[in-house]
Amino acid sequence: MTKLDAKIPEGPIDKKWTNHKNSIKLVNPANKRSIDIIVVGTGLAGGSAAASLAEMGYNVKAFCFQDSPRRAHSIAAQGGINAAKNYQNDGDSVYRLFYDTIKGGDYRSRESNVYRLAEVSASIIDQCVAQGVPFAREYGGLLDNRSFGGVQVSRTFYAKGQTGQQLLLGAYSAMSRQISKGKITMYNRHEMMDVVKVDGKARGIIARNLVTGEIERHGAHAVVICSGGYGNVFFLSTNAMGSNASASWKVHKKGAFFGNPSYTQIHPTCIPVSGDHQSKLTLMSESLRNDGRIWVPKKKEDAEAIRQGKLKPVELKEEDRDYYLERRYPSFGNLVPRDVASRAAKERCDAGFGVNQTGEAVFLDFAAAIQRYGKTEAKVQGKENPSKEEITKLGKGVVESKYGNLFEMYEKITDDNPYETPMKIYPAVHYTMGGIWVDYNLMTTIPGCYACGEANFSDHGANRLGASALMQGLADGYFVLPYTIGDYLADDIRTGEIDINTSEFQKAEEEVKTSLDKLLNINGSKTVDHFHRRLGKIMWNQCGMSRNGEDLKKAMKDIRALRDEFWSDVRVPGTSGEMNAELEKATRVADFLELGELMCLDALDREESAGGHFREEYQTPEGEALRDDENFSFVSAYEFTGDPGKAVLHKEQLEFEAVEVKTRSYK
Amino acid sequence: MNLTLKVWRQKGPEVKGKMETYQVSDVSPDMSFLEMLDVLNEELVEKGEVPIAFDHDCREGICGSCNLFIDGQAHGPMHRTTTCQLHMRSFKDGDTIHIEPFRAKAFPVIKDLVVDRSSFDRVIQAGGYVSVNTSGNTLDANAIPVPKEDADMAFDAATCIGCGACVAACKNASAMLFVSAKVSQLTLLPQGEVEASERVKNMVAQMDKEGFGNCSVTGACEVECPKGISLENIARMNREYLKANVSPGK
Repeated sequence: MTKLDAKIPEGPIDKKWTNHKNSIKLVNPANKRSIDIIVVGTGLAGGSAAASLAEMGYNVKAFCFQDSPRRAHSIAAQGGINAAKNYQNDGDSVYRLFYDTIKGGDYRSRESNVYRLAEVSASIIDQCVAQGVPFAREYGGLLDNRSFGGVQVSRTFYAKGQTGQQLLLGAYSAMSRQISKGKITMYNRHEMMDVVKVDGKARGIIARNLVTGEIERHGAHAVVICSGGYGNVFFLSTNAMGSNASASWKVHKKGAFFGNPSYTQIHPTCIPVSGDHQSKLTLMSESLRNDGRIWVPKKKEDAEAIRQGKLKPVELKEEDRDYYLERRYPSFGNLVPRDVASRAAKERCDAGFGVNQTGEAVFLDFAAAIQRYGKTEAKVQGKENPSKEEITKLGKGVVESKYGNLFEMYEKITDDNPYETPMKIYPAVHYTMGGIWVDYNLMTTIPGCYACGEANFSDHGANRLGASALMQGLADGYFVLPYTIGDYLADDIRTGEIDINTSEFQKAEEEVKTSLDKLLNINGSKTVDHFHRRLGKIMWNQCGMSRNGEDLKKAMKDIRALRDEFWSDVRVPGTSGEMNAELEKATRVADFLELGELMCLDALDREESAGGHFREEYQTPEGEALRDDENFSFVSAYEFTGDPGKAVLHKEQLEFEAVEVKTRSYK
Repeated sequence: MNLTLKVWRQKGPEVKGKMETYQVSDVSPDMSFLEMLDVLNEELVEKGEVPIAFDHDCREGICGSCNLFIDGQAHGPMHRTTTCQLHMRSFKDGDTIHIEPFRAKAFPVIKDLVVDRSSFDRVIQAGGYVSVNTSGNTLDANAIPVPKEDADMAFDAATCIGCGACVAACKNASAMLFVSAKVSQLTLLPQGEVEASERVKNMVAQMDKEGFGNCSVTGACEVECPKGISLENIARMNREYLKANVSPGK
């Protein structure tokens, strides 16, 4: 049986990474030229890993299902990227970023990994600036910062509401440079269908060319999974339509343990669901909580009147509004971490105070910010006794300069003008902290198979802080994996090219072909989306923002039944030898139908509330999450046994040396 | 509302395509354009017909995947909006809507509404980067101040999503707006200035090699660009190109 060894280096926390880098094995430049590495996914983690590995001299084969590596969903990240630069002189440091991330993750992440993340964060900003990433700057020409939830410093670097886009294009340009040199071979419109193991080591993948449908074998000395998270298990999420868990799930089924599958981040500020036709949800950046105030009516009858359109939110008097985050969490107010803000919104809506027709929305109001900025701006412009109209006009101008693109996007989707009436928002699935279990070197429990970025479980514990996903993706790809992978590959310098004409490759290829044929031959009566939607409903209602034992048991049963129904009644048109979007969706949904059950199993096993995982049975009298450090201070790592509902749980005990484990409070 | 769709169907790159007619009913004005197509596709699958292939991914207007030519306009009638952010409230009950792929020699059709835009990738590979390795041992990010105005202009150019609307809108299928946006971004920043000459020459050469047409500065690209990339970038690229060619060796 595989034994969990996190391989955490010895020594004090601030020396571990330096010592480790100095002691691990290296591969000399000439030998790197004879080593091939496969990178699956070209988002921030995959793009940065592929570029860095190629620069170092390895031969990289990079795969993405999109038509270009530049379209990976990292591109949609809005708000920013954290780094412990302390440019604002507000007392920030590597230790504080580390501490905030550990606390934000509700003491469920591995200390050594998080410290390393904080340590390399500053280099990320230097590197990106050197690549020509146009971050926001102040008039003096230096970089600007803003604040995100769960922290009390300004350490977030940004490029308007498009930080992810700019960082990804930076990584894409670095990749493009290596593609032009022939050091990266790029496979656009290709999907990884399985990993191939030879003598227990990851030695390649089976991929499907999504244009021709051809099944291809690709060999390599190591395989790096950077395929993102699994939020689309919920059908509706802020993920892209194509975001999927198949690469992760396939390596899990071949022996990689899955870490903390139940840890899902539900983001508090998304545009609410508008109807059954909805295909995805759209995030409104957390940066809006710097200025927006969240509220619902104090009285149920007012909420009812607003729902029926008889009362306009702007007509409701100040004393009749409940700014519930400011009321419950006075010291962090509207900038509490995401899990806390989401649960608080659900609590108010469940109690009958929701403000749209479905009863599942709260207000995010900029009226106060508009007045505040308007007054300051009037002073700056030297206007004596400005009228209320003048103040409002000036204030709107300031808000537009800060959040213009987000307001515009909101108006396009909802047809409501957020400068005039408060936005309506509701929590939605956004990110998955769980993922493939990796050791300190980012290697999975399959030798030679690595996982980076959102695809691994490593740095965010039970809840991720805002602007930390971009940080982790780039840290893994630019600064961690390129070092740690050498330690493994140093033993491979005499291996020679991996032969793809072996029985292992043949068997894997045949399995892929068989499973595609099976899907195409069911010829049932319902579409893939039909099943995906139903899975999403089960997950959202029973494994979403709050969970309980009874519901989770039922969910597991329901998912198994749905999975059986899928395999007997799904209709996938066309053939496997052509571009076939329905077939692509079917293979992904087939995997979601298994992963969903594992998520419920983990949520059931974890009899405590921690971060994004809230079990109704475990809460304080005030409704706050109740952690159980004595019994649950571990990472859950599941081993696949052939049945997702019967996966074997392994525990990685979490040791905290550099921080004192406390009850997380934002009050 | 009820709509008639005339959609380009083409089985493969070598096969002749044609417009097909479909009826869609009960369309909600809150649906996005692509959600309306999702509904149609689900109906087609249920009827045993082949669904319409189209590119899409983020559905937030940022990844640049979606690329429909709707009623003769790249991304449809809404100004500065990608297809995925276009909502059905922009149409009326009873409308007939024509949907075609982005057409250009350098964007061959793969299937139905899906085209191959890898020519854009190859143009970037020709020089759309700063030659710096990811060592982490670069200068401190604040070591070189960049005037806010330059940083803002570089950012505006860098917001290009690479969708290809500029090419589809241009009567010559020119890619000048796309190429100039990247050239501008990197020229405006001190980090990219060192390689400016080589970059502009190589990217322009690759652009020509891919079969994109010439620019006659009609400005259709700027009008149809969902991100509002400015025509000024083309002027800047022309200056850079001239500079690179009259001062060899720089």
